[in-house]
Amino acid sequence: MLRRCGLRAVALALVASVVGCGGGSSGPPVLNWYAPPDNGAYQKLADRCSRASGGAYRVKVSVLPTDASGQREQLVRRLAAKDSSIDVMALDPVFVPEFAEAGFLRPFDPGEAAALTEGMLSSAVESSGWRNRLVAAPFRANTQLLWYRKSVAAAAGLDLSRPVDWDEVITAAEKTHKTVAVPAKRYEGITVWVNGLVTGTGGAIVRDVEKGVDLKPTLQEGGSGRRAAEIMRRLGRSSAAPVNLATSIEDDTRTTFQSGSGGFMVNWTYARGAAVEAVADGQLAREVLDDYGWARYPRTDAGNASRPPFGGIALGVSRYGRHTAAAVSAVRCAGSLENQITYMLESKETTAKAAAYDDPRVREALPMAGLIKESLEQAGPRPRTPYYNDVSASVQRMYHPPAGVDPNTAPRETDDLITGVLHDKVLL
Amino acid sequence: MSTVSTAEAAPRHKKPRGQLDHAQRMRRTGWMLSAPAVAIMILVAIAPLVDAVWLSLFHKRLTTPDANSFAGLSNYWVVLKDPLWWTDVWTTLALTVATVSVEFVIGFGLAHLMQRALHLRRSLRTIVLIPYGIVTVVSAYAWRYAFDPSTGFVNDWFGIDIAWFDHRWSALFVIAVSEIWKTTPFMSLLLLGGLIQVSPDVQEAARVDGAGPWQRLTRVTLPIMKQAVLVALLFRTMDAFRIFDAVFVMTGGANDTETVSFLAYRQLVSRTALGLGSAISVLLFACVLLIAFLFIKLFRTDVSKLGSPT
Repeated sequence: MLRRCGLRAVALALVASVVGCGGGSSGPPVLNWYAPPDNGAYQKLADRCSRASGGAYRVKVSVLPTDASGQREQLVRRLAAKDSSIDVMALDPVFVPEFAEAGFLRPFDPGEAAALTEGMLSSAVESSGWRNRLVAAPFRANTQLLWYRKSVAAAAGLDLSRPVDWDEVITAAEKTHKTVAVPAKRYEGITVWVNGLVTGTGGAIVRDVEKGVDLKPTLQEGGSGRRAAEIMRRLGRSSAAPVNLATSIEDDTRTTFQSGSGGFMVNWTYARGAAVEAVADGQLAREVLDDYGWARYPRTDAGNASRPPFGGIALGVSRYGRHTAAAVSAVRCAGSLENQITYMLESKETTAKAAAYDDPRVREALPMAGLIKESLEQAGPRPRTPYYNDVSASVQRMYHPPAGVDPNTAPRETDDLITGVLHDKVLL
Repeated sequence: MSTVSTAEAAPRHKKPRGQLDHAQRMRRTGWMLSAPAVAIMILVAIAPLVDAVWLSLFHKRLTTPDANSFAGLSNYWVVLKDPLWWTDVWTTLALTVATVSVEFVIGFGLAHLMQRALHLRRSLRTIVLIPYGIVTVVSAYAWRYAFDPSTGFVNDWFGIDIAWFDHRWSALFVIAVSEIWKTTPFMSLLLLGGLIQVSPDVQEAARVDGAGPWQRLTRVTLPIMKQAVLVALLFRTMDAFRIFDAVFVMTGGANDTETVSFLAYRQLVSRTALGLGSAISVLLFACVLLIAFLFIKLFRTDVSKLGSPT
């Protein structure tokens, strides 16, 4: 009897779920918005847009993995199978060309594009397009800053009110027996670092990206890959290298920076916001937060202005979603100035909307807003190719661990590896 | 033994016709009953395997659907001549040999302990099994955090300052330790099953005949539980050769700690290079088949010799 009841319950549940699916179509369409995990700000933004739509749609946030590669893997897997349950996806800009080339993204028509790019930073707009069309909407823009402990910089006599270069920073840390923390695990962080160093000399990791697999790897050009290797090797072998340099991700570098050995750190803009929260939670001493200083990303060489990394999120509308028109309106809603400012204050993440940085509320919450805007305007984007993942993984393989990078061989070997990998001649 | 079976088989031929038909009918019913299961097996096991072999003959990318071309066996050639494949094969072999041999020794000890324990036998077995009940990813994280130089306690305990995951062999050491900790219970449980088959009388007889503990172990206990040892080692070796989770969590394959499964995963899932990735998967499958083949061969000859009186 009991067993039969159990069976009935299961059957009822199945029927209910089927009815539930069918019933969904009578209410407003539910847009599935895939986004990285955050502090809940996405959901608030989604709710605001759902309300603003006046019942035209309801946005539901689904959470993606934490790291960019994991996010890409999940989305690629689903979209390659034409999964219709994705309507809007938060994409790391480096994957926009790949998704566009694969036909996963619904391109925006010129009218939509004009509205979606209005008032957005040019670096964010550039990284949202592919083959002269806007295929994703600029949303979040992020950059790395040089974070320093004011006390350490003062003790080392390093003046950070003027541009500094990597060698100066490492020397200052060595002098004061402190560390320079950089996210340098063998993951995307390595590519961000190499790209920052290479573009800082005026070079690029690859050129001619529109040629697909026949693009041209250019780390050997002008010695840019060599200079990058020299700096990474120097830090890797210096007393200023944190013990876990070669395995650290962003949060590990923050731990190092906030510890007794902390001196300098290269990290994304979220670092100070996270420290403020940690102080509020009683996990971090107030003095450490007060000691936080920030400056522009270090120069590779004294002669060239630095090209800070560009990161962030672009919003793509899936070609396979059932409600693309509603998805486009949701994306437009998310990109409005007021929503961007509110979202920025709630999420502590920085926006692609240029005007938001001049808003007094943002200026108050983000004392370094001006520096972030300047960094984003002069950022050095990572290679824009549909094969970004292969290019990046090649760089990660040859430029890791930092202490083991050989400036004489790494640039040539990386160039050869990229060419071989793209033509299915070498494993990666 | 063989005479008995022929004696039994002989009269079967003389059975009346109706009974033979009955046997045939039974067999047919048997096939019909198992047909759904066989069909499902073909669907979930054989079909993907055939698909993987087929895919491995193409240059194919998931994200550039228009740029596919027939590659013949060139994907296999690319894999087999690439030093990365061989590095990964050696890493995997090293991990397999290290973990399975240590697990065997410890597992055997634990099995003995579980068999011999007079008190709390049930609690002991439960306690021994706990690590095996923990999800591999969770245990891998636990070990990773324990050995992490900034947040872990291992360096603190031993007063050392080692970046465990920055070097190949220290990282492989931690991976091996976590694997051993996690799967020794499985090994010991399988071995316990074999150990129970060894009757105390046989042990007693050997003792009376003047066999020392070592002789009793190698000449009596191990030969009798040969099947259990084979199953335990075979299962664990095939399992260990496909190691993925611990490497994924602890090093992400950095510093030459990548294993063959991880390589296949990266080509297939991260790079979406379906051709190359399938070639690696097929080669991995071949390796596992080879391991099974070698084990069965090896045990038939060597261990049976061990058991036979000389």
